[in-house]
Amino acid sequence: MSIDVSTAVSSAPVIKRGIFRQILRNPLAVASSVVLLIVVVVAILQPWIMPFPPQQVTLRLTNAPPFTSHYILGGDKFGRDILSRLIAGTRGAVIAALILASIALAIGVTFGLIAGYFGKIFDSISSWIFAVLIAAPGIIVLIALYTLIDVSTPLAMATLGVLSSPGIFYLVRTLTMTVRNELYVDAARVSGLSNFRIVGRHVLLAIKGPIIILAAFLSGGAIAVSAGLEFLGLGDPKDPTWGGMLNDAFTNYYIASWQLIWPGAALGIATAAFVLLGNAFRDTLEGAFVRPSARARRRQIASLIDETAVAKTLGASATAAALGTSVPDAALLDIEDLQICYAPNNELTTVVDGISLKVSDGEVVGLVGESGSGKTQTVFAALGLLPEQAIVARGSIRLGGVELLGMPEQRISHYRGTTMAYVPQEPLSNLDPSFTIGSQLVEGIRVQTTMSRRDAKQLALSTLARVGIRDPKRTFASYPHEISGGMAQRALIAGAIACKPRLLVADEPTTALDVTVQAEVLDLLRDLQRETGMGVLVVTHNFGVVADLCDRVIVMRTGKIVEEGPVSEVFANPQHEYTRQLLAAVLDETETRERTPRATSVLAS
Amino acid sequence: MTDAPLLTTSHLDVAYGRGRKRNAVLRDVSISIAPGETLGLVGESGSGKTTLGRAVLGLVPASGGTIGFDGSDITTLGPRGRRRLARDIQVVFQDPYTSLNPAMKIRDILTEPLIAQGIRSREANARVKELLDRVAMPENSLDRYSREFSGGQRQRVAIARALALNPRLIVCDEPVSALDLSTQQRVLDLLIEIQERTDVAYLFISHDLAVVRRISHRVAVMFKGEIVELGDAAAVTEHPQHPYTRRLWAANLVTDPEEQARRRALRHELEAEELEAVESK
Repeated sequence: MSIDVSTAVSSAPVIKRGIFRQILRNPLAVASSVVLLIVVVVAILQPWIMPFPPQQVTLRLTNAPPFTSHYILGGDKFGRDILSRLIAGTRGAVIAALILASIALAIGVTFGLIAGYFGKIFDSISSWIFAVLIAAPGIIVLIALYTLIDVSTPLAMATLGVLSSPGIFYLVRTLTMTVRNELYVDAARVSGLSNFRIVGRHVLLAIKGPIIILAAFLSGGAIAVSAGLEFLGLGDPKDPTWGGMLNDAFTNYYIASWQLIWPGAALGIATAAFVLLGNAFRDTLEGAFVRPSARARRRQIASLIDETAVAKTLGASATAAALGTSVPDAALLDIEDLQICYAPNNELTTVVDGISLKVSDGEVVGLVGESGSGKTQTVFAALGLLPEQAIVARGSIRLGGVELLGMPEQRISHYRGTTMAYVPQEPLSNLDPSFTIGSQLVEGIRVQTTMSRRDAKQLALSTLARVGIRDPKRTFASYPHEISGGMAQRALIAGAIACKPRLLVADEPTTALDVTVQAEVLDLLRDLQRETGMGVLVVTHNFGVVADLCDRVIVMRTGKIVEEGPVSEVFANPQHEYTRQLLAAVLDETETRERTPRATSVLAS
Repeated sequence: MTDAPLLTTSHLDVAYGRGRKRNAVLRDVSISIAPGETLGLVGESGSGKTTLGRAVLGLVPASGGTIGFDGSDITTLGPRGRRRLARDIQVVFQDPYTSLNPAMKIRDILTEPLIAQGIRSREANARVKELLDRVAMPENSLDRYSREFSGGQRQRVAIARALALNPRLIVCDEPVSALDLSTQQRVLDLLIEIQERTDVAYLFISHDLAVVRRISHRVAVMFKGEIVELGDAAAVTEHPQHPYTRRLWAANLVTDPEEQARRRALRHELEAEELEAVESK
């Protein structure tokens, strides 16, 4: 049901570029990339840019405060230049991050892809091995290694890389399993691609985002962990390292506490840069929707349109009280001059352009159009289901004579709930998989009425029986995955009609169903309508549904109504060119194809 | 060219799971398709029609019976044989949103099958332009991603990919079900035009009797894993014999309200008959 929304929003000419170019538009990402670049450049150029050799001792400058001598950042407790040692330590940090991340990636990605793509025995064996790895306590293993054998920091980082690989492995394995079932992977197999090529090109390309993010976090972590090990005094104490400097400063704390600042800042900045870069990647890849504040929304809508649009879109304002007036003897649903816009990047796109429609008591109206016609947006506005980004620019929606636009949210939902009910398109995705059908029906009934739990259950059971479910008790106790799509749609219809609404809004109620089930659900809707005399508004792209069910039809195209009238008249004698085109596109009684002589002989054989 | 069928399945069985959990999806399915012919395959969801297509494509293994292509048995083909067969058998899937890799440009999507078959990239690039032209897509689509196109345009790209290797059979798995009405008709017309020009055969899978009627020479009706009716498109879609096909026909909506009311009445009659038959048993 979000399809129409996304087409509406994406109809603006926004061309998405590659993720790296998108990342560059994020200031935080640019800043952290620059920091990381500087760190790497310093690490490479360090022999040439260090002002003094890092081990050179000048006793006169022992614990020299910063900015007082030619030791710019001061001297440490042995009289060595802190700046030089800081620069020298960069290399260790970069190498630690590089080794840990690349080893973890190499192992985790390779085995994750194999286990996820080929499954079966590959999956069981590698999952078992990585489960053992994940159980190994990293730091303790490292300290043991340092004590037992004389380990260098790179080797320690490599070990840590192996120990961190399960995180990558499980991520890659899960992602690969999802992608493996995508149709484009099947298409690639049918195209004759080797498994190696499919994994390398299709799978890896599709899952690269989360891997990049995790690798950035791991690299940041690697710097912190290596510093931690050096701080503990593991590794070669002669090598100038950030962790070693921290330790020197720590033991010197009561004499020159400021010495902690420099290595601490270096560590903090480098680690933060990695983590922030990872975050920026995540935001870009997952398209984080930054929800603007109500005030920002108000200002945006007011500047794009005007103050009344603010009240109509956001409701509950001072002017809204005046809007919530009631008109006697009105139609059941009366939409007048409704305009709905979206403003991606502050450019206004209109998806519903000043449409008016009425549904009377006992009337069945079909709203037809192709995707992007605005039909779903129109009924979503009436149902109060418009996405947050939508702007109601002007118009009015009256339900039983009461204006809904601008009404405070609480009153509106109560009012809608008791008067109007909704049957969605995808029955199974509109049921919560973790609750039984029964509990969802009872909850719906109790929100709308003051019924006791027992009465609500009775009502739910009798309604389930009414919508043609043969064993209501069993369906009541079932979870959504235990029933078929047709049954789920019946259950949702039961939920919709349980509280006897005056208006039933159905959005493509049969599109996801098989033809035979579709016919049965249409029968059900027709019977229920006759029995209760409720008004029905059916949104559909299928003219057959309209022909089967509706009294009146409204044809929409690109946000406007092009034609409306009684079904028999419009279908027999369509006035608008677009209606004629659509009706002509229906493959009712088309000629079948001429058989080729060759095909005939095959049939005869 | 001979009169021999291009594709045959004889007594094909497909089952998932083993032992007690074994679940037969296809039972004793025998069909044949001649070069240049469209065999329509209708049935409801879960009837096994998609599984038949996937079995022909080698995406699910057969558990009994044989699949023959151009005179040779392809039921249990190794990976290398399958890759060779890719030149001859191709596919267009239902959902153009997930059948094109979102991370790849149209150019790469289209050249990939060519390069996989050892065609040089320069030749492949030249061929790709011709392919786009054949499915009536502008040449500047090449350097764009699939998400920049509508459903109908994406389906054209998917058809172009299927045509890249000049296949002799294309399995079309509900290729127009996700499309708007007018787009649906244009894509069907394109498929028919391509068939007339290249003599490619289609196994056309759909739940929509009207769509199948439009494109097929012959129609097979599948119900619970078995073919219950097979014959000329006009015969099957106008005078169905099997009770299931008749019910399917009556459930198919038409746009004439009066005709639709007649069909509804007929469907109710058929349902009542069936109920009686069940009860008398």
